[in-house]
Amino acid sequence: MPTHSDYRLSQLDELEAESIHIFREVVAEFEKPVLMFSGGKDSIVMLRLAEKAFYPARIPFPVLQVDTGYDFPEVLACRDSWVDRLGVRLVVASVEQAIADGVVVDDGRTSRNRLQIGTLLAAIEEGGFTAAFGGGRRDEEKARAKERVYSHRDEFGQWDPKNQRPELWSLYNGRLHEGEHMRIFPLSNWTELDIWHYIAREDVEIPSIYFSHRRRVFERDGMLLTESGFNPLREGETAAERTVRFRTVGDLTLTGCVESTAGTFQEIVDEISVARLTERGATRGDDRFSEAAMEDRKKEGYF
Amino acid sequence: MDLLRFATAGSVDDGKSTLIGRLLLDSKAIFEDQLEAVEATSRTKGYDYTDLALLTDGLRSEREQGITIDVAYRYFATPRRKFIIADTPGHVQYTRNMVTGASTADLGLVLVDARQGLTEQSRRHAVILSLLRVPHLVLAVNKMDLVDYDEGVFEAIRSEFAAFTQRLNVPDLAVIPISALQGDNVVTRSEHMPWYEGSSLLHHLENVHIASDRDLRDVRFPVQYVVRPKSDEHHDYRGYAGQVASGVMRPGDEVMVLPSGLTSRIAGIDLYDREVEAAFPPMSVVVRLEDDLDVSRGDMICRVRNAPQQSQDVDAMVCWMTREPLRPRQKLAIKHTTRSARAMVKDVQYRLDINTLHRDGDTQELGLNEIGRVRLRTTQQLLTDPYEHNRVTGSFILIDEATGSTVGAGIVN
Repeated sequence: MPTHSDYRLSQLDELEAESIHIFREVVAEFEKPVLMFSGGKDSIVMLRLAEKAFYPARIPFPVLQVDTGYDFPEVLACRDSWVDRLGVRLVVASVEQAIADGVVVDDGRTSRNRLQIGTLLAAIEEGGFTAAFGGGRRDEEKARAKERVYSHRDEFGQWDPKNQRPELWSLYNGRLHEGEHMRIFPLSNWTELDIWHYIAREDVEIPSIYFSHRRRVFERDGMLLTESGFNPLREGETAAERTVRFRTVGDLTLTGCVESTAGTFQEIVDEISVARLTERGATRGDDRFSEAAMEDRKKEGYF
Repeated sequence: MDLLRFATAGSVDDGKSTLIGRLLLDSKAIFEDQLEAVEATSRTKGYDYTDLALLTDGLRSEREQGITIDVAYRYFATPRRKFIIADTPGHVQYTRNMVTGASTADLGLVLVDARQGLTEQSRRHAVILSLLRVPHLVLAVNKMDLVDYDEGVFEAIRSEFAAFTQRLNVPDLAVIPISALQGDNVVTRSEHMPWYEGSSLLHHLENVHIASDRDLRDVRFPVQYVVRPKSDEHHDYRGYAGQVASGVMRPGDEVMVLPSGLTSRIAGIDLYDREVEAAFPPMSVVVRLEDDLDVSRGDMICRVRNAPQQSQDVDAMVCWMTREPLRPRQKLAIKHTTRSARAMVKDVQYRLDINTLHRDGDTQELGLNEIGRVRLRTTQQLLTDPYEHNRVTGSFILIDEATGSTVGAGIVN
């Protein structure tokens, strides 16, 4: 909360003010914004900021979720609860449907994460969305460290990292040509710890899988993956029940959990404060394939 | 805990990446998997040391070329402060990136190699930081270990830099002798330099006083968006959303809306579901007025006897950021606060040589990465203050209408 005695904002309030400014700027300048909602903690913080930015009016844009078909049921439940409370329109773009429609090709080798790209781009094009809010943060990954708040995408949805527009002060350039769109990252300057401090302060609902719980898991490539019908055990793998929680939320066949007893916001903050691995390096199979995995996917149009 | 944004400038040779790597490592902002990836890459490349520059070179094309091509943002926190570093490259697209990084910075950190002393590049850094009115400047004299921690070497660089910055607008200068590699005076005071009585770099960053950098007197509230719920519950609600650029606003204050000049009083200031007793920079709030005025995006709320300049003629320093030069009669889009208009270049008065501060008046063009004084005529009035008084209402960007690219950054004289 702002302290009025010395007219200073805490760093969390300053980040909030900056993000709210970005949301309002986009709604004022773009014809058709949409918020990309994964159900993860970052997209929940985005919804919270959007709620604050336009209050007492409703959030003036819909929420788009790409359903991989491999989503955690706890995440979908949390999504529905937020959508109901805010009275915001939900658009679901299904990877299954995109495969059935021939928009993307499931060759059995490509991960659902990668198939999301084509599904997402088709949904943006179909909806005619000109600006898509994403929960990406610059502290997550080094390709993201150089991304703008307003990140331009050409008519193929591609990002050109070598040809980004300079971004100065808080003056954002939203110019687009026909068929292009802008990705907007209102959480650019937030860190993982900021996100948790904010969620704790605002006391908002997040998917239960972020908190410690008992779950049947197995080990693959050094990660603990959840046992499920989508994720058949391979030879030599055995599942066992452990006390775990998730640090990120994605496709459940690729998103690992960590052994943890953190059951409250404060315990999570304490755990992150001493963590020695990045959230993506620790628990995201999709980012581990090469040093430039994120950069390559982003160029193609990933979140 | 508050927030300090700082911009770093310098090349790999000055040890900038090593310094940033050390700040991140010592504040535990680098994780083991990031460090391991960098160590592995360093080994693959055949280095016998860990190249911390690899931590900041984010894009594959940069790693391939071994250069940094863009501004990268880094984050770390200590128990006292959170820091955002805008890390700008030393060589390629130098001015453009430096101006970008400096535009949001509270503090500029310039590095020099103690063996080399001040270079043309370090002087350029200081000039750009002062043009962009970055209120605090730190000169870190690095590699002191390689000059045997000699006070004389440090003192010569310090006094030369202090003399140079007297010609610039630098309200606060600190000069710190360090060794980023050995860790001297980075986080803790060095035992090797007992003659140095100042604080370590991190201690300085944690304690530099930024609260008084803001203008709390001149109210400037650019209206961003009009909030009108039109719901049963909030049927008559009409509020003006924006981020306070400067000044303190309170309910009951008499205010004027520009450009109409109509006056009213503040009925209330909302921050989400509660009313606040004051709004100050950089808060994002919604302001309600007592009277039903016609206020829209691009307007500005200020106090009655304290208004910005209103004019279609803008006199500014422009940094040009694209290959095709800026020329008289050229037409561009301009974005200033929440107001967008078109602008025509009337003339280029001079080009500033940022190495010598010489003003070259014989030119009518500004090329890529050049800075010069330019006069513009805009299609609508802009509501400006001199940049030296207000970094929000004194700044603008220029956009090429055909390509949509940001091609210039301007600061109002």
